[in-house]
Amino acid sequence: MTKPEPLPRILNANDLATGDVVYWSGSKWTRHIAEAEMIADNDAADALGKTEMAARRVVDVYPFEVNFENGVPVPARYRERVRSLGPSVRLDLGKQAGE
Amino acid sequence: MANPSIERRGAEEKLHLANNSYHLRFRSDAKLGWAYVPDDAQMTGGDAITVSLSRFQEALTRNDITHLGVRILPGEDVRLLQPYLARISLVELAFPTFRDGRNYSSARILREQLSYTGEIRAIGQVLADQLFFMVRCGIDALDLDPSVTHAAADAALSRFKYVYQAAGDARRPVWDARLSS
Amino acid sequence: MYKYDDFDHAIVNARVDEFRDQVARRVAGELSEDAFKPLRLMNGLYLQLHAYMLRVAIPYGTLSADQLRMLAHIARSYDKNYAHFTTRQNIQYNWIKLAEAPDLLADLARVEMQAIQTSGNCIRNITTDQFAGATAEEVADPRPYAELLRQYSTFHPEFSFLPRKFKIALTAAPHDRAAIKLHDIGLELYKNATGDIGWRVFVGGGMGRTPIIGKVLREFLPQAYFLGYIEAIMRVYNRYGRRDNIYKARIKILVHELGLEEFHRQVDAEWADIQKTFAEPPAVELERISAFFVNPTFETIATPVAIYDDARKTNPAFDHWVERNVCAHKQQGYSIVTISLKAVGEIPGDASADQMDTIAALADQYSFSDVRVTHEQNLVLPHVRQIDLFALWEKLKDIGLASDNVGLASDIIACPGMDYCSLANARSIPIAQDIAKRLAPIERSTGELKIKISGCINACGHHHAGHIGILGVDKKGEENYQLSLGGSAAEDTTLSTILGPGFDADGVVNAVEKIVACFNTIKRDNERFLDTYRRVGTAPFKEAVYG
Repeated sequence: MTKPEPLPRILNANDLATGDVVYWSGSKWTRHIAEAEMIADNDAADALGKTEMAARRVVDVYPFEVNFENGVPVPARYRERVRSLGPSVRLDLGKQAGE
Repeated sequence: MANPSIERRGAEEKLHLANNSYHLRFRSDAKLGWAYVPDDAQMTGGDAITVSLSRFQEALTRNDITHLGVRILPGEDVRLLQPYLARISLVELAFPTFRDGRNYSSARILREQLSYTGEIRAIGQVLADQLFFMVRCGIDALDLDPSVTHAAADAALSRFKYVYQAAGDARRPVWDARLSS
Repeated sequence: MYKYDDFDHAIVNARVDEFRDQVARRVAGELSEDAFKPLRLMNGLYLQLHAYMLRVAIPYGTLSADQLRMLAHIARSYDKNYAHFTTRQNIQYNWIKLAEAPDLLADLARVEMQAIQTSGNCIRNITTDQFAGATAEEVADPRPYAELLRQYSTFHPEFSFLPRKFKIALTAAPHDRAAIKLHDIGLELYKNATGDIGWRVFVGGGMGRTPIIGKVLREFLPQAYFLGYIEAIMRVYNRYGRRDNIYKARIKILVHELGLEEFHRQVDAEWADIQKTFAEPPAVELERISAFFVNPTFETIATPVAIYDDARKTNPAFDHWVERNVCAHKQQGYSIVTISLKAVGEIPGDASADQMDTIAALADQYSFSDVRVTHEQNLVLPHVRQIDLFALWEKLKDIGLASDNVGLASDIIACPGMDYCSLANARSIPIAQDIAKRLAPIERSTGELKIKISGCINACGHHHAGHIGILGVDKKGEENYQLSLGGSAAEDTTLSTILGPGFDADGVVNAVEKIVACFNTIKRDNERFLDTYRRVGTAPFKEAVYG
């Protein structure tokens, strides 16, 4: 049995001042997962996370797996899907509501 | 209304150390220049020597130590010191991480149960936001973490004018202050 | 209720200033996240899935109407027009900005509220019976003691860095509405054979990963030794509680590993020592505090109240609501009203800012401006004249808060789960909503049924204490739900037993429906679900679900 191909990963975090969920676009943090950039180099991503936390822009940086659907990253796990959208029980709130 | 400011045992001394850390002391009765003898080093005599609890008995037998200090790690029982308190000039309470609160109890036991009046010094991760709790438990010397400025330490120690409970310092709890307010 | 004096105000205001300074230092980079996190936690500020979450304490579950209005104001000004009442008499805001948190705390302080020690490894919000001061069952009002404990535990210098969080609950009634045996320390005030009032002290209860029912540490503690004895327990725990493993750090593990007898011996030794120096607050301080909790000025009302009785006879919907949501009051002609925050299909424990404002107005009009919060995530108006119940009910209907389901299948405890909480492994709220919808049509005939749902092993949704408990877990990236039966958080505390293999979200709702159907076929007379379960065990339910 061959090992399945690992899924692509992107970085997310919480904005230090607002707590908002943000994604690394390759050059900056963005609120929109569609603008997130795939991690090419794990060590570089780790280093980036440390630098960005030290720069007091974000907290709790971590990578997670996504599937690209029509060129847009969709989180593989439910947890990050909820983060990218908002509470499933309040569709009027969060990113899913255009906030 | 009484002003329950922090009790200072003697004049406060502030010593700026070379490694950019501060040392706050609320007393002036004994030595400042303590030397700690690590467990793996040869025991030496001297004017002011601190040892671990495991080498304390050995240090007691020497007559070339003028002032004797003992370092208590979290989890060690300060009640073991009771028979020797007259011989001890310094108890160092170690806070290897600020999250380990066991030595707050040690300080109160020393002050309140064992009536120890010598110096109690906090060492280790002694951060601004824990100083008030430490002093309230009866610690009267603080080896500040290098990240703590003198101004931050002063602010932390003077922020709360009133306290809800009696502890190892001399502050009156508010229920006592209410009686006379 | 208790009113701050200048000392209380000074202490809480100093705390707000301190937190403002800490936030400033964090944003300026003087504090790392590592150093800041425990500080913000001790001010109730968490980082959750979507944003910062602020947990505000409602000490011993007592709120004034003005305080509730402030909670509504905060929901509007700092959050998204709603908040969530928790299982520990706290309220949580889900969308808080770090930079605004100090202003929020300053607003709270204006109405004598705060978020101190609502997280962190310290003594948490002191909780008690939501019917305190209103029920005839109690031997005394437990709230003055809860206030003594609140003050004692606030910024306790020795006990702010305990091995783990520490929860204390009190009750003064034999019917336990505060789940005292599922707390680190549970305190039951009672009258002994010689007529003296004192505390039965339970220790080492709790839910979470290792659920344990609290054990009696002291059968009778005279009131005069109240705080000193607590201090002795706290000191033994602070010194000897495990710090090497977060999952074994609660006091229940220490009690378990030492054995109750040895733990008792250590506490007694410490207590003997502490008594030499410990100064209990004097009787005048307890009297000062107790004076804030005297009865409101009740009217003398002749019963039966004809208008009320007639309304019950002629309006079945009102009668149903009274039957479920209204309890006996110690004062003739008055009742205790529970306002259910469990409208079928809504989020358990959530209330909008508008609802909070309306409840505050109703409290002013009908209940001496007094509001209580229950660990079952409902609200209470403790002192309502029976003559006013019908009008109150109609006004509650207008804001969608007249659900007549207290203690029934749709009155579900649910933690925020993976819709909000960063620790969760699965969602809780949608499961609660689906079960409520499914069972609502038969809940009245089913009778008392306490369903409790947690989205992770930490058990904030009290699943171990549910007649039916549901625990959400992560199974290979999918939400999976384990069913357990037979728990209780009342005076007959028991822990629920796992029924069998777990289910997906739809499956667990179906399984609960089958369990309830099975119960309805085998119950005798007016037996509660819990009593039937205790009589027959798991077998018939297993058969119904898996057979």
